[in-house]
Amino acid sequence: MKFSLEWLKHFLDTEATVPDIAAALNAIGHEVEGIEDPAQKLDGFRIAKVLTAAKHPDADKLQVLSVDTGAGDPLQVVCGAPNARAGMLGVLGLPGAVVPANGMELRKSAIRGVESNGMMCSVRELELGDEHDGIIELPESAQVGQSFADYTQASPVFDVAITPNRPDCMGVMGIARDLAAAGIGTFKPVEIPKIAGTGRCPVEIRTDDAQGCPAFYGRVIRGVTNGSSPGWMQRRLLAAGQRPISALVDATNYLMLAFGRPAHVYDLAELSGAVRARRAHDGEKFAALNEKTYTLDDTMTVIADDNGVHDIAGIMGGEHSSVTTETTDVLLEIAYFAPESIGVTGRRLGLASDARTRFERGVDPDFLDDGLALLTDLIVRTCGGEPSEIVRAGSPPSDGKVIKFDTGLTECLGGVSVAQEQQRAILEALDFSVSDDWTVTCPPRRHDIEGPADLVEEVVRIHGLDKVASVALPRARGVARPTATPQQQRERRLRRAAAARGLNEAITWSFLPADAAGHFADGADLWALDNPISEDMKVMRPSLLPGLITAAKRNADRGAAGSRLFEIGRRYFRGAQGGSDEKPTLGVILAGEKTPRGWASGKAEQFGAFDAKAEALALLESAGAPAANLMVMGEAGSQFHPGQSATLRLGPKNVLARFGALHPATLKAFDVDGPVMAVEIFLDAIPARKGAVGFARPPYAPPALQAITRDFAFLVPSELAAGDLVKAVRGADKQAIVDARVFDVFAGQGVPEGKQSMAVEVVLQPGDKSFTDDEIKTISDNVIAAAAKHGAELRG
Amino acid sequence: MTTNDTLQSEALARILAATDAPALEALRIEYLGKQGSISALMKTLGKMSPEERQAQAPVIQALRTTVADALAARKETLEIEELERRLASETLDLTLPAPEAPRGSVHPVSQVMDELAEIFADLGFSVATGPEIEDDWHNFTALNMAETHPARAMHDTFYFPQEGADEALDQAPNTGANTAANNSRMLLRTHTSPVQIRSMMKQGAPIRIIAPGRVYRSDSDATHTPMFHQVEGLVIDKDIHLGHLKWTLETFLKAFFERDDIVLRLRPSYFPFTEPSVEVDVGWQDVKGPNGSRRVLGGDGDAPGHGWMELLGSGMVNRKVITFAGLDPDEWQGFAFGVGVDRLAMLKYGMDDLRAFFDGDQRWLDHYGFSAFDQPTLSGGVGAAA
Repeated sequence: MKFSLEWLKHFLDTEATVPDIAAALNAIGHEVEGIEDPAQKLDGFRIAKVLTAAKHPDADKLQVLSVDTGAGDPLQVVCGAPNARAGMLGVLGLPGAVVPANGMELRKSAIRGVESNGMMCSVRELELGDEHDGIIELPESAQVGQSFADYTQASPVFDVAITPNRPDCMGVMGIARDLAAAGIGTFKPVEIPKIAGTGRCPVEIRTDDAQGCPAFYGRVIRGVTNGSSPGWMQRRLLAAGQRPISALVDATNYLMLAFGRPAHVYDLAELSGAVRARRAHDGEKFAALNEKTYTLDDTMTVIADDNGVHDIAGIMGGEHSSVTTETTDVLLEIAYFAPESIGVTGRRLGLASDARTRFERGVDPDFLDDGLALLTDLIVRTCGGEPSEIVRAGSPPSDGKVIKFDTGLTECLGGVSVAQEQQRAILEALDFSVSDDWTVTCPPRRHDIEGPADLVEEVVRIHGLDKVASVALPRARGVARPTATPQQQRERRLRRAAAARGLNEAITWSFLPADAAGHFADGADLWALDNPISEDMKVMRPSLLPGLITAAKRNADRGAAGSRLFEIGRRYFRGAQGGSDEKPTLGVILAGEKTPRGWASGKAEQFGAFDAKAEALALLESAGAPAANLMVMGEAGSQFHPGQSATLRLGPKNVLARFGALHPATLKAFDVDGPVMAVEIFLDAIPARKGAVGFARPPYAPPALQAITRDFAFLVPSELAAGDLVKAVRGADKQAIVDARVFDVFAGQGVPEGKQSMAVEVVLQPGDKSFTDDEIKTISDNVIAAAAKHGAELRG
Repeated sequence: MTTNDTLQSEALARILAATDAPALEALRIEYLGKQGSISALMKTLGKMSPEERQAQAPVIQALRTTVADALAARKETLEIEELERRLASETLDLTLPAPEAPRGSVHPVSQVMDELAEIFADLGFSVATGPEIEDDWHNFTALNMAETHPARAMHDTFYFPQEGADEALDQAPNTGANTAANNSRMLLRTHTSPVQIRSMMKQGAPIRIIAPGRVYRSDSDATHTPMFHQVEGLVIDKDIHLGHLKWTLETFLKAFFERDDIVLRLRPSYFPFTEPSVEVDVGWQDVKGPNGSRRVLGGDGDAPGHGWMELLGSGMVNRKVITFAGLDPDEWQGFAFGVGVDRLAMLKYGMDDLRAFFDGDQRWLDHYGFSAFDQPTLSGGVGAAA
C-alpha cells in the first residue's frame, strides 16, 4: 500500500524524518518496500509562461516558443504539442533536468536547425498520469518561476507491505495510529461530520442474506455534479497509485485508502425497486466494471434490485449502475460483508480487487456510520447535492473481543521484560481498553487478535523486537549426541560414495510430462497434478531415470561427450487410504563416452552394461546391502534392453536394484542417442542392520600359510550363466575354496557349436598345514564334478 | 720387459677394446679359461723348483689378478653403457595426458543440507522428514490456515484431483467449499511446516528438529522455481521464548557462513502458524571481487554501504498449531523457523540462477558441485572452500 507523507500527516502530528518513519514502520511490522520522493524526480522542472508561439520554419508540426521562466531573459523552446500557445502556463524542463518517464537528460540543442533550451512537458513525461495529448496546462493562478515540485506539493511516498492480518492498516489512518503508538508523533483523530440529511431515503434497502451481509447502510444524494475531484484529493490518490476517475469514484477510493473502508456509489437512475443484499442465483450473469462478465452461483452474496445484480458484494461493482459524468442522483452503499464468504467468492471467480482484499481480511465493523458520514461529506463538498437521511438494514458484529491478559506472558513468550505500565500504555495507544485487573477489550477492527499471544505480539512489536536479547538454548552436557537415523546415514554415505566413484549428483524435477512418466509407470496409478504449471511438469515421477535421461540428453545437446549423473530422491506412488507412498531411490545414468579417444587407448569407449553393474554393486555395498549374497536375476523391466539388463535381489522376491542398458524404445521415447546405461537402487528394499550398532569387528588374523591358485578350463553349454558355474565351483569345497572367478570366456574357432570355453581361477586357502598333493587332487576332482552337474567338462 | 709384462699389457689393451659382453667373455676364456694363456702360466708353477716358484708365483698371481680385475671393470662399464642405451630408448613424453578418473560431485543442495544437519546436530536437533504429497489438513488447516484464510492465497498450491470432487471444485482448485473433503484433499506441500505437525504428533515434546526437503509452489522465474528446498526448524519445550529463537538463528547463521559479524534484524510479521511472528533480515554488503561485486552477508545492515536482506520467517509456534498437533499449549511452547536451502546455498557459494540447480548441466555441476571428501565437520568448519 502506498501513501504520501503529506497524507500521513493528515492523521499524524509528527516532525519525524522520512528515514525515521521508514525505520519505525519496519520495526512495528509494516515492511517498507520502497520510498519515492517525487520532488527529486521533478528537480529542474519549473512553471513557465508561453509568451509567443510561432511556426517552426522547417517543420509543420513544431512551434518555436518564447517562454518566461520567471528569471532572466525569455528562453527559446521548440515544442511539438498542439495545445502550446501564447499566454498559457506550463511546465518547462531546463537543460540538466532528467525526464522521469524515460530517464533522458535534457540538453540545449538544435531541433531542425532551431535552438531549443528545454522542453515543455506532458503529464506522462513527468509520470503524473497517462495523458500525453499535449503539454500540461496550469491555471492562471500558478506562479511563473516556481519549482514544479513545490507547486505540486510533491511529498515523499512510502510503499508498505501490509500483512494479511492487519486490514486495519490498509488505510492511512490505521498506519498513523500504529506509528503514534510507536512514538512517531501524535495520532490526530478525524472529526466525523454530522450530516443528518433531509427527508427519508427514497430507496428501500434491506439484507436478505444476513449471513453474507449482516449490515447494509445507505443514503441517497440528489443533485450532484460528477466532475473531477479536487487537486488535494487527486494528489493523494496519485501518490497511492490510484488514477483519478471522477469526483464520485475518487471519493469512494479516497475513503478506502484513507480509512481502509470500501464503499460503493450507484447511479440512482439505473436502480429500480428495493436494493438488497441477497444470494446470487445459480448461473446468474453479471457484467462487472472490469468489462468482464461473471457467472455467479448461490454461495455468492450480491447487491441487486428488481432488475438484477449491480454489485458482487464487497468485490466489484457493475457496469450498468456505475456513475458517469451525467449522473445526478446517487445511492451510497456501505456494508459489512462476512470475510469468509468474500474470500470464497473471490477465489471462485478468480476476481481480485482492493475492496475484496480489505473485506476478506475484515473491515472495521464499527465504522459504518462514520464511513458513510465521511463519504457523504466528501461528495457533498466536491459534487454538491442534497443527502437524504440514512437507512440501515441489519447490524454489524461489533462486540470487541475480551481477553484476560497476564503481563508475565510478554517475558515468557516474547523473551523481553516490559514494565506493566508500559504494556498498558502500548495497548491503550493501539486503542485497546485495559481494565485494572488486566481484562483487555480489543477494538473491533482488530480481527487478528485472538488471545494473549497476540497481545504479547502487540506489546513486543511496539516496544521493539530489537530489545529482545539473545538467550542460548539450553544444551546437553558434553559432546553433542549423534542424531542421524540409519536411513539418513545410509543416504549420506551413498551420496558421497557415488561422488567418489566419479558420478555427478543432479537434482531433477519431481514431476514429469505424462508420456515420460507413463513410460516408467509399469502399470502403477500415478499422481497427476490438477493444476500443473505446464504439461511438462504434470505427473509425479515413478522412477528417477526419466529426469536423469533428459538431463543427460540436454548435456549431449550442449556437446558434452558423456554424462555420469546420479540422483537420490523419491519416487511417488499412491499408498493405502489415499495417502502418498514415497520411495527413497537412487538413480544413475551413464550416457555417451566412458573414456574419450586417447593417444594411448585409441578410440573412445562407450559405456556398457557391466559399467552399470559395477555401479550397482559398489553403491549397494556402500548402502550397507550384503553384496556377496545378491543374486543376479532377470526382469529389469520393459524400459531396459532385454538381453543386457538384470535385477539384483536378496532372495527371489526382494529386488534391491535394477541395472543395464536401456531399451532402444526408451532411447527413442526420450529422443536420446544410445547406448545409455542405467541403474536404479531401491533404498527402502535394503534390509536394515539387525541389532544394536557396534564398533568392534569379528576377530580376524591373516592365515599363516599362503593361498594357492589352480586354473580350470571348462567347455560349457552356451546358455550356462557364468554366475551359476562359479557358484557351483565355489560350492565344491566350502572350506578350502575361498574365491573363484572367471578369467576367460571364449567361443568360436576350436570350440564346438553350442558350447563356450570358460576358464575359472580357484583360490585355495590352506589352514594349519599345507595341502598335500592328494588333497589338492581331491579338491580338483570335486570342482570338476560340481561343474559337470551344469554340463561343464574339463578341456583336455 | 719380460714376457709376462708383454702378455699383461696386451691383455689389458684388448680388454679395453672389447665392445660387448661376448667379446669380453672370449677374452676371459683366452686368458683365464682352462686352456687360457695365463692359466697355462699358472700350471708351469708346479713344475718349478721351490726357489723358482717362490720368485715366480707372486708375479704370475699378480698378472692373473690384474687381468681378472680388468675384465670385471670392463664388464661393469659395458653394462652401464648398455643400460644407458636402453634407458635412452625408453624415454616417454610425459607432457602427454595421463588417463583421468572422472571427478564426481555432490550437489550444492545436498552439501548445504549436510552442513545444516551438522550444525544443528551440535545444538541437539535431529533431522525429520515427511511426505511431499501432503493432505490439506497437515499443510494448511493444522498450521492455522483455515480454508478461507487469506494467507492461503500466498501459497500457489499444486493440487491433485479430488476423488469424487464436484466439478466446481475441479475448475477452481484453490477454493475450499466442503470442510471434510478439503481436509483430505491431496496437494504438493507448499512448505516443510507440515513436518512440524507430523513430528509433534509422533514424538510429542520436548522436541528439536530440522526438516529439510523439497517443497512446491506454482511459480517460475529466475528466483522462483516450481520445486525448491526449504528447511524448517522447530523447538518445543518449556520456557522457550523469542530470545532463544534469536540466539538459535544467530548461532546457526554464524556457523553456516563461518562469520562472526553476522547481524540480524528482527521485524514483526505475520504467519498463521506463529504468534508472535518475526521476519528476519540479515545485514550484507557489496564486496568487490575479480568477477564484479557480490552481496556478502555480514555487518550491520544500517552501516554505510550495507543493507538488509530478508532471509527467514519465524516466530513462536501458534497455540492453535500446538493444539492441532495434540500437545497442551499451556504446558509446551516454542519457536519455528523456515528458510530456503537453495537460497542459503546461493548466498554462501555464489550461484545466481535458481533454475540451474535443477538442470543437471554437467558444466554447472563440475563448477558448483562438491567433492565427496568435502564432508562437513565441525572441527574443520562446515563450509567447503572454493
